[in-house]
Order: sequence, then C-alpha cells, then structure tokens
Amino acid sequence: MSDRHVIETAGLWKRYDEVEALRGLDLQVPSGSIFGFLGKNGAGKTTTIKVLLGMARPTRGEARVFGKAPSGNDGVDVRRRTAFVSDEKDLYDYMSVAEMIAFTRSFYPRWRADLEQQYLRKFDLQPGRNIKELSRGMRTKLAMLLALCRGAELLMLDEPTSGLDPAMAEEMLQALVGHVAAQESTVFFSSHQLAEVEQIADHIAIIDRGQTVVSGALDDLRGQYRRIQLVFEGNAPEIKVHAPGTHRVRRQGRVLTVLSSSGGDAVLEELRGYRPASFEVSPVSLKDIFLESVKTED
Amino acid sequence: MILLKPNPSSGVPIYLQLMEQVKHAIETGALKPGEQLPSIRPLAEELVINPNTVAKAYRELEHEGVIELRQGAGAFVSDKAPTQQEAERLKAAQALVAQGIQRLRDRGITDEEIRRLIEAELAGVYRSGGSR
Repeated sequence: MSDRHVIETAGLWKRYDEVEALRGLDLQVPSGSIFGFLGKNGAGKTTTIKVLLGMARPTRGEARVFGKAPSGNDGVDVRRRTAFVSDEKDLYDYMSVAEMIAFTRSFYPRWRADLEQQYLRKFDLQPGRNIKELSRGMRTKLAMLLALCRGAELLMLDEPTSGLDPAMAEEMLQALVGHVAAQESTVFFSSHQLAEVEQIADHIAIIDRGQTVVSGALDDLRGQYRRIQLVFEGNAPEIKVHAPGTHRVRRQGRVLTVLSSSGGDAVLEELRGYRPASFEVSPVSLKDIFLESVKTED
Repeated sequence: MILLKPNPSSGVPIYLQLMEQVKHAIETGALKPGEQLPSIRPLAEELVINPNTVAKAYRELEHEGVIELRQGAGAFVSDKAPTQQEAERLKAAQALVAQGIQRLRDRGITDEEIRRLIEAELAGVYRSGGSR
C-alpha cells in the first residue's frame, strides 16, 4: 500500500447472502488521476463504492482509501476526506437550494465559500428555489456543488451524468476537469458513457462479475489494443492464434479478425505463414475493449 | 486559441492529437516562435479533457524541442520550432498526399479504407511485405 494510490484493494470479496457481489477485486487508483470505473449493471460497481466508503464490510480481502481501512476505526477520517455523489443525487426535498447548502456546509470545516459562490453562478443555481421543483439536471448540479465545495481530496461519483442532456453532461465533465486541475484531488467515477470516460479519464478499470478484467492508464491501453484484419484468397483458415494478448479470433468467409491487447506484430508474425492476401491493423476504441472484456449473458 | 476538441474515441491517445494540433498550428504560422500557449488548467477546461493529458502533451512537445516550459511562466513556442520554411516543405508534401489520395479514390477506394491503409503503413505493418 503506497501513497501513490488513493484507493487500493487486493482480493476484495463481498458476499450478500447467496450473491457474491465481489470476487477478488483488485483496484489501484493513482493519486491525482481521473479514474473511470466501468462495468455492466450488476458487475459490482456500487458494492465496490459502498465498501470504499465504509458502508459495507468486505467478506474477505482488503480495501484501503488514503492507506486506511474504510470499515474500521479510520472510516470517519476516510469519509471526511471523501465527497460522494450518488446515482440518486440524494438531497432533502423539503429544503431550498440555499438551505441545502447551509446545512451541508455546517458539517465541513474545510468548506470552500469561494467555490460555492463560483459554482452557484456557473451552474446558474437559484438559492431561493425549492429542491423538489428542480429538474434532474439542476439536482445534479446542486449535488455536484455540494461535493466540490467540501474541500475533499477524493471525489467519488456514481454515474454523474446519467439522465443529463449532452450539454449539461459536458458542463459536469468540465467542472470535474477544472476541479482536478485547480485542487489537488482525485476523481473516481463510474459511468456507462464510454465516450465521456475516454474524454476525461486518464486511468480506467473494467470489472465483470466482481473481478477486474482490464485496468491501467488509458493511453497505454490505447497503445496496446489493436484489431488485425486479414483477408485470404479463399476461406480464412480455421486456426488457433497463440500470440500472447490474443482476445478474440473471428472468421467470416475470407476474413479473419483478431483482437489483440499486445499490439499487432506478434499476431501478424504468427499468421504470415498462412499467406494472407492482405491485412490491416487499426486502433480500437474503449467501447470495443469494453465489449470484448465483459462476458455476455450465457 | 486555435486548439480544437480532440476526438476521444478515435483510438489515438488524446495527448498525441494535441501534440499534432500544436505542431500544425506552428507549421501554418497560427502560432509563432516565442508565443505563449494556453496554460494547462484553462486549456483542460476549454477542451474538457484531463489536465494530466495536457501536461503530458506539453512535456512531450518540450522533449521534442517544439515548445519550452518556463517555470511558473508557462509554455512558449520554441525559437527552434519548425517555421514558415518548414510550412512550405509541408505544403509541397501535402500536395503529394493529395495526389496520392485522389489516385486511390479514382480506383474506388473509400476514404475510410485510405485512412486505415495509411495508419497501417505508418505503424510499419507492411514493412516486410504485407501483400502476399
């Protein structure tokens, strides 16, 4: 466990009655990163977040946030230094915007009044409005303001842009990017919007059925993943590709497509002997990596 | 500033896209030697990309001698950066590329195919004879 990682888990298991929500999850979130946390519904994302916030105790394995166990005695310290925005954007409906802000502010001695004013203007939030009258977009903005002004070192966000129109989603991403640039903080967010993860994240993890299946720096992953397409004179040969990093081989008539996570060279070297008529290598988007990494329902 | 939003889904790392944009701006004269580049935070906010990515692009550009990072002052186009002369050279090269692409189009090859072929060529895929 090191200072370089704000969040670190090793072999994390969580069982709820009959369900094994996490099955040996390994996660390393570098300090100062914007970390995209990806997985299908039910992959274990929310359970992971609950464990990291100390709201659920791991069945086995270890979770550390700021080097401390969130479910132990240090949990208070972890939660003091972490701001969380839930998928539901939990707010008190009977309060006004101003009351909600004043109420939240009272819990946090490091509250940033300067940022509060700045975001009120930027997000066009009217203090007198009642929360129950706010649109989904305005609720998200208010929840985001409350998180950004706490002076937290770690921001955890569960689906921060879900249900927002593209303009408002971009505004939320911009606030996150600006926050990381100005304050020395780390952002950990789950999302189904792969394009926005590609846009602002520098590190990602893809989890599936309670385990990490892909993780690392996004630029490294972009450099490593390649799709290699070979075209043959006749039908593509039925072969096994042994090159390390081979994820999937698909034959369609004369075309053989290979997805590799270790560049294209090794695969091409191996298949050159089959004398393809032509081949090409192309980069792969995060969406392709995601779809290849998570298993579809059996 | 002339920098545009990168395409995050192209599979090309964003810092590389940014580096290309800065170099292109210098080559076309949109950015001149000695001129200042936007600092990391406003640029990250404007393009809505990760500040670490902007910092990485700047570091790499400095490493290549295209820009200079001055402590506390920001990033400046290097006096040694390729200038108008280079731009002329590239304009000539651009004409060659345009010709080549036109010939490929005449053969019925689509733009998407051309793009992939060029990327494969640059990646060195065909270096030991891809065809046959």
